[in-house]
Amino acid sequence: MAGLGEHELLRLKAVEKSFRPPSGGVQHVLKDVSFCLREGEIVAILGRSGSGKSTLLRICCGLVTPDGGEVLYRGQAVTGPVTRMAMIFQSFALYPWLTVLGNVELGLEARGIPDEERRRRALATIDLIGLDGFESAYPKELSGGMRQRVGIARALVVEPDLLLMDEAFSGLDVLTAETLKTDLLDLWVERRMPTRGILMVSNNIEEVVWMADRVLVLSGEPARIGAEVPIPLKHPRDWESPAFKALVEEIYQVLTRRVRDTSAQKSPLAMRLPTAPINQMLGLLDAVGQEATGRVDLPVLAEEMGLEVDDLFPILEALELLGFLKVEKGDAEITAQGRAWLDADILERKPLFAEALVRAIPMAAHIRKVLDGRPGNRAHEDRFLAELEKFLSEDEARRVLDAVIEWGRYAEIFAYDDHSGMLSLENPGAQEPPPEETGE
Amino acid sequence: MAAPLLVRPNRWDLLTIPLVLGLFGLLAWGLRQMTVPFEPSGVMRLSLDPWHLPEYAFRTVLRMAGALVMSFLFTFTYGSLAAKSPRAERILVPMLDVLQSVPILGFMAITVTGFMALFPGNLLGVELASMFAIFTSQAWNMAFSFYQSLKTVPRDLTQAAHLFGLSAWQRFWRLEVPFAMPGLVWNTMMSVSGGWFFVVASEAIAVGTTQVQLPGIGSYVAEAIRQQDLGAVGLALVTMLVVILAYDQVFFRPLVAWSRKFKFELIEEEEEPESWMLDWIRRTRLARKGMAVAGRLARRVLLRPPASPRVPSSPGPSWSRTLLRHAFWPLVLGLGVLGAHRFYTFSLAPLGWSEVLVALGQGVLTLLRVVVLIGLACLVWVPIGVFIGLRPRLAVRFQPLAQFLAAFPANLFFPVAVLAIRRFDLSPEVFTAPLMVLGTQWYILFNVIAGASAIPADLKETARSLGVRGILRWKRLLLPALLPYLTTGLINASGGTWNASIVAEVVSWGDDTLVATGLGSYIAIATEGGDIPRVVLGVVVMSLYVVTVERLVWRRLYGLAEARFRLD
Repeated sequence: MAGLGEHELLRLKAVEKSFRPPSGGVQHVLKDVSFCLREGEIVAILGRSGSGKSTLLRICCGLVTPDGGEVLYRGQAVTGPVTRMAMIFQSFALYPWLTVLGNVELGLEARGIPDEERRRRALATIDLIGLDGFESAYPKELSGGMRQRVGIARALVVEPDLLLMDEAFSGLDVLTAETLKTDLLDLWVERRMPTRGILMVSNNIEEVVWMADRVLVLSGEPARIGAEVPIPLKHPRDWESPAFKALVEEIYQVLTRRVRDTSAQKSPLAMRLPTAPINQMLGLLDAVGQEATGRVDLPVLAEEMGLEVDDLFPILEALELLGFLKVEKGDAEITAQGRAWLDADILERKPLFAEALVRAIPMAAHIRKVLDGRPGNRAHEDRFLAELEKFLSEDEARRVLDAVIEWGRYAEIFAYDDHSGMLSLENPGAQEPPPEETGE
Repeated sequence: MAAPLLVRPNRWDLLTIPLVLGLFGLLAWGLRQMTVPFEPSGVMRLSLDPWHLPEYAFRTVLRMAGALVMSFLFTFTYGSLAAKSPRAERILVPMLDVLQSVPILGFMAITVTGFMALFPGNLLGVELASMFAIFTSQAWNMAFSFYQSLKTVPRDLTQAAHLFGLSAWQRFWRLEVPFAMPGLVWNTMMSVSGGWFFVVASEAIAVGTTQVQLPGIGSYVAEAIRQQDLGAVGLALVTMLVVILAYDQVFFRPLVAWSRKFKFELIEEEEEPESWMLDWIRRTRLARKGMAVAGRLARRVLLRPPASPRVPSSPGPSWSRTLLRHAFWPLVLGLGVLGAHRFYTFSLAPLGWSEVLVALGQGVLTLLRVVVLIGLACLVWVPIGVFIGLRPRLAVRFQPLAQFLAAFPANLFFPVAVLAIRRFDLSPEVFTAPLMVLGTQWYILFNVIAGASAIPADLKETARSLGVRGILRWKRLLLPALLPYLTTGLINASGGTWNASIVAEVVSWGDDTLVATGLGSYIAIATEGGDIPRVVLGVVVMSLYVVTVERLVWRRLYGLAEARFRLD
């Protein structure tokens, strides 16, 4: 969408954000984020969940104050919510006690626009977005796709200068999402809305290549803009075209580069383990293993498994950490170890997994060693949490320990009691047997 | 603007409009009656003439409505403050917890004298004291519900409001109050149910030489008891029944049905609560138009756009804030010390520590009664509740009945009990005790019914297909699934039972008075004798018991039930 002049709509200069968990310490979320959005552009920010992309979007419109750096909207510093921007939420964020019309009118009402004009503008937008006939319906009567149409209408009716989309389509099924994206793009391309720019946040690679003029990939911890991928294709774009596929592949490669970045961390004990359930790891490994070459292109794998970046990458990362899989240049390849684990039967898998776990994950080996050293072979989880909290925030420490515990329980290298938080070497099956249970 | 006068009334209007006008007239008359001159020295007696009963009933309802208004004002301010200011939250929420456990009836003696002093020579003081008693029985859980709703408003909704530029005032009415509405309506309903008991108990007040009978059903019963007129008691019972049914049908049914639209869930429910009253209002034309105009006016006020463009808040804290931050905890501490000191000089010093032991000892007796009776009530009502709850058709019919029974003021039945105890020459120490749970046992029943009907069908089917029967079925399926509900019921029931002990351990019929030794009768007798230091001591000791039991037993049980047995 070039040719509309080079006016800057939004510019971020070295924006930083960190959270201070009550336990103390600081968790940096965003660091040194700088970019600019010009008039007539759709810019997409791509990143995994927890990468701080939603926070970044909220910083752009002034809902969240950054800890450092500067946000300029049309050259002016943003200090509070900017009412010339509107947001479309993943959760729709509709007010269930207001009708479709009431929801769409809300922003106009807050601005004190007279009744008649308000009604006229709301109805016009409702028409534009294909909601006519549903004016008096309540959100709960609508399907997900129709609800998000209300969300879009509510954002467009205030004629925002800049439109923000926070994973606006990820709560919808594939077919509905596609229709909505196409409709919105039509309005944009045909200039039927006064909006001058769109900033979207997404975890779906195809979606950003489909919609955006430029993709910014967030990566690292704390997150920064790791790569910028321009999408020089004309709308409407073709999913099947080689150029489209090449761009998707390119972004996958950028993202897998990041996978290896995280494995090298400050303290080996406080390694930021991905949360990946055993069954999903097995399923994904199986899908890779079934290929004759033992090697799959990531976009193909993602589509086959029906997984988006948020779900796919933690599993890949976990398998890679454990040595079951190798990820390289946008391809995943099963290793000999991975093959052995996959081919073993249910009982044989456990010792294989345990072996990999103790070798690859220092925290798992550490817990086992501490338990072995204790007279009663018992230790409370708080001890290990405290060790993690030296390097990680409270929530992150909890998440990482939960990941270790889930893997350790499966591998039967230790047992865990959820109520007392006690880790032990007891046989998990023989824990606290209620006397009456044996008789039945 | 559309001209509302052009709307012609339809047939639904024909009934509605005179009714509304009549209601306004009654309201004006009732308010007038509340402020008539009144001399505390002269004894006010009600007439037992049944023709006065409708008037008395109306006055009672009006008192309840007044208390409800107070409760809402309190809820909106206290709840918002607790939710919005983290500093206030740390003191307000625990305070609410304690206030919930304080036996309200014990306070009557203190509040009546206070309010009468505020409006000397006018009935309004006594009316306010009665309303205040009702208010204290209903405000806490409403405020708590509102606070919890405010804390759980989804972040996206708040952010959308911010981005659209809604002011704090607009946000309150557009987002926060609607979001809190379903919980608030439900808690209001429970509060009003509990409130009838306190209306009845607080209308006829005797503190030392001051004797007041506010025109109302409670006073009518008190007078009937004094004159030993069993027929009049019966009439009062019937009137109360009608009042509660009408209140439910005309006021709460429509309110609950209407509040469904605020439910924050985007799934349509299978069974929508219905109300003929709401349907009726929805069918009127002129009356609805009138409401729409009123609504638009209200919205003008509530949703006024910000007068000036948003001023960015100043970065540095103002001096008043700094002062507040430094003075907050010392202030709280100071008030606490002051309160403790007042308690010491007023109650402890004149009465002596031995009196504390007496009160504590009496407390043990009442505790014993509460425990035994709640246990007995469980033995009776849990099996019955499960029987009903597992049969959906039965449950639909019984649930409103159980709720109605919980709302019916059990103290109206006390005279009957006195007669029975006398007739069969029973020991008042033991046989007045059931009166304490008379009104509160229903909480157990209707929570068990709700719990049993919420057990998912597939769990029941699994049990059947695995051949899980009898005791094993209770142990593995029914009791665990019921526990969260049963705990809620037990918490409500036990709190109410302590409270009821104040009116149930001393019961009379004419000059014949039965007394059961316990903390309840300790407070009641001190109130009657105008012995305020003893009243205060009794109330403090009882609060201590209730809070201790709540912390040691109920809270743990509830935590366990929530963590382990919640089915969702």
